[in-house]
Amino acid sequence: MTSKRILITGLSTYWGGRLAQALEQDPAVETVIGVDKRPPKVALERTEFVRVEDHHSLIRRIVQAAEIDTVVDTRLVADSIVTSPKLAHENNVIGTMNVLAACGGPDSFVKKVVFKSTSRYYGCEQDDPSFFTEAMRRPRAARSMIERDAVEAESAVRDFSERNPETIVTTLRFANGLGPAVRTSYTRYLGLPVVPTILGFDPRFQFIHEDDIAGVLEHAVRHDLDGVYNAAADGVLVMSEVLDLLGKLNAPVLPPFATGMAMPLIKRAGLPIAADMLDHLRFGRGLDNRKLKATGYRYRYTTRETVLKLREHQRLASLTRGAGESYRYEQEVEEFLRRSPSVRRLARPEKRANLAAGERAPEAKEAPAPPAGYADLDAKEVIALLASLDGEALDALRTHEANHAGRKTVLAAIDGLLTRAVDTVS
Amino acid sequence: MAESTGRTPLRDIAATPDALVPTAPPSGQELTAAEPDLRDFLPGIEPERQVDDWGRSERVAGLFDKALVDFYYHLWFRCTIEGLENVPSDGPGLLVSNHSGALPPDAMMIMKAIKDEHPRERDVRVLVEHFFKGYPGFSMLLPKIGGVAAHPANVHRMLYDEERLVLVFPEGAKGTEKLFKDRYRLRRFGRGGFVEAAMRAKAPIIPIAVMGAEESQPVFAQLGLVKKLTGLIYTPLTPTFPHFGPLAALMYLPAKFTIRFLPPVRTDDMGDEPWEDKGLVQTVSHDIRATIQEELFDMVGKRKSVWF
Repeated sequence: MTSKRILITGLSTYWGGRLAQALEQDPAVETVIGVDKRPPKVALERTEFVRVEDHHSLIRRIVQAAEIDTVVDTRLVADSIVTSPKLAHENNVIGTMNVLAACGGPDSFVKKVVFKSTSRYYGCEQDDPSFFTEAMRRPRAARSMIERDAVEAESAVRDFSERNPETIVTTLRFANGLGPAVRTSYTRYLGLPVVPTILGFDPRFQFIHEDDIAGVLEHAVRHDLDGVYNAAADGVLVMSEVLDLLGKLNAPVLPPFATGMAMPLIKRAGLPIAADMLDHLRFGRGLDNRKLKATGYRYRYTTRETVLKLREHQRLASLTRGAGESYRYEQEVEEFLRRSPSVRRLARPEKRANLAAGERAPEAKEAPAPPAGYADLDAKEVIALLASLDGEALDALRTHEANHAGRKTVLAAIDGLLTRAVDTVS
Repeated sequence: MAESTGRTPLRDIAATPDALVPTAPPSGQELTAAEPDLRDFLPGIEPERQVDDWGRSERVAGLFDKALVDFYYHLWFRCTIEGLENVPSDGPGLLVSNHSGALPPDAMMIMKAIKDEHPRERDVRVLVEHFFKGYPGFSMLLPKIGGVAAHPANVHRMLYDEERLVLVFPEGAKGTEKLFKDRYRLRRFGRGGFVEAAMRAKAPIIPIAVMGAEESQPVFAQLGLVKKLTGLIYTPLTPTFPHFGPLAALMYLPAKFTIRFLPPVRTDDMGDEPWEDKGLVQTVSHDIRATIQEELFDMVGKRKSVWF
């Protein structure tokens, strides 16, 4: 099915906002409505924001009135520092039930529900497999409040899916997100100048870049993915590797035994380590992300690149402090922009369409001449030649190749060289 | 699709040119029709990394090899390798060996033999108990030198998806805690889980008989009290432990090692889903145990000296 009328809960989260931005650019999408308790943090063109608590009857009225066909639920709180455990429970379990209740029913227009869940569903235990697949359940009962919430919320989603077999229900279990806009206990922890770790342990970690979080959500809206999918970047890093990439000092000062009992001391020292992080810092976790990749999604960053991005951000953070909050939601302004007859709205989609077409046009226009005799070379010979070319020539060659022979192996090889060139520059 | 059509960050181009451009199905319906082979979607190799996704560190493993294993392999245990041609050059293989010595040196010696003397210099992963993941120090070191927790899902991924060689000691701790008087008498082979894993992955099983490890660190008794105090899985009384403490881990007697690789047992010709047939699993497991046992008796009977 194609989603035309989309409701996004949790619009004020980074990925909620980014998803709305991506969807409203698409002329095929008729309407995007975002609900949240807080206003959005990014500028939105035609997405309508409605300030709503996760109240069942209110959301249901919106869903019915706007004939919503796709609901993307990005509200789930997977981090203990964002709010108190009690509020998180209210949001994660009760809120999810309310949203699902608003989607169900015989007269509902909803054809697809995308639920953003968390890899904390699996927990972290000593006898975990190294890569969790979607079919696996956690070996033991959840320990922390947040994990219990995730399990409960997902079981509500599963119930909904069973009761509404014709509705496509996608559950996405995200690894820990990292990025400039994401603030979790992990960005705080990894932001310390010297990072305390548990003595004698080097856990495996997997992250996902914030852009990929938005990307995966959009992928789920655009494709029909029924079932559960893990969403985590390629590559599992060990803690020492992560700290190495970030240029941080690794201080194995947390005691390996009775770590829980040392929590008051850790708290008193002012370290941003929550009690429910300890299992993760001890055993780590890896996800098998292949099921989602098999549906055609390509991650933009590997875990390593995500960590490198975080380093860039950390280095710049002290310079750009205060300059960040460039957008502020003002209801009157947004109302004016969307409703006032003075605003020329009609022209905009066309302009966008032109822009979109224009992005490709210059390439086609100035397609440079390929090296002499290029057409006679086969793919292998071309790839062998590539190493001798510089960035510009590669770009040109890529355009030529894409417009003419379009051999996938050659294109992939050029792309590989180009990304490598970008990496060495940065 | 603006989000997903960027450059692909995986750049192991030379090895897998086609893995970079998988055919993305246009819509969801077609996906459910034909299950895609997930092996095509394994993460690529990032050449900048020293550590792989299982946590094995090239640097630490190399250091460990140079500092310790090399010395023990060539000078201390003077390993003799037989039947290395039974180890497949490519594709998966489950290596099954007897297990002995208080802190068993057999795993490192087998891994070293295949890494150094096999024509393909194949990398071997060894299955270790979950216990070690929870024990400080071991938890850090073992994955770095090639240890992987013995979870069925891990074995399947390594054998089926990544087509690796995996070394398993089905006796587990029962093999290493047994006393010197019981040497070269194989313990029970678990519940045959390793056979099931090989069947699911259609990987051949290569039995291995290791002679010498029993004498390198003989166990005279088990010390219950020390076990309680340290929280280890077992604390044996050996010529050097517990009086030398953790140092005893490196104090082996210079027994002569012979490692014999036996002809592989195929598991791909046992019919459809042979792992469902628990009787067959048990039979195969029992046969492999008997093969290794016979081979060991043969080797021990024919050897001239424990030390030379």
